[in-house]
Amino acid sequence: MTHPTNERIDTLVKQNEVLLFMKGTPLFPQCGFSSRAIAILDHLGVGYETVDVLQDMEVRQGIKAYSDWPTIPQLYVKGEFVGGSDIMMEMYEAGELAQLMDNEGVTKVEG
Amino acid sequence: MPMTGEEIEDMITAAIPGAQVTMTDLAGDGDHWAAHVRSASFTGESRVAQHKRVYEALGGRMGGVLHALQLTTSVPESETLP
Repeated sequence: MTHPTNERIDTLVKQNEVLLFMKGTPLFPQCGFSSRAIAILDHLGVGYETVDVLQDMEVRQGIKAYSDWPTIPQLYVKGEFVGGSDIMMEMYEAGELAQLMDNEGVTKVEG
Repeated sequence: MPMTGEEIEDMITAAIPGAQVTMTDLAGDGDHWAAHVRSASFTGESRVAQHKRVYEALGGRMGGVLHALQLTTSVPESETLP
């Protein structure tokens, strides 16, 4: 059985090498956890795209089923679910997130 | 009604026997919690898998009643591989 929302999410996840599902936008995050996730990605200096789940109720619910993960934000790198903001912070502090981005050959942004 | 730290801790230890749970009230309002869960049973599991086990222990409350639970997990020192 295929769900249109699931397919839409799957396409988004596979089309963007670093994708963050979040509440709000990078400039105006609408929740502290999303804000923290953006700060981490900015510190890493990698290019990323975001999806504002507050603008799309189907994606807001669908993303939780897609990854079997109950909360937002959710980070995907090269099509793989990495974790929420707590895991991002743990990995960032351990240097593992930078390592993952390196290993996956993620594009750096000028800065 | 927000969950108390004790309720959260009890649910986690009921599902993950022997887990050491440390609760921190981040905002002092009894609603914004940080939980650190340490369990030897996490050995060899990815962070995502460890967190999922704690979320399962909380029986679907995560993201609902528990909208602001910060979670970290670890394996006791003696259990980590050299």
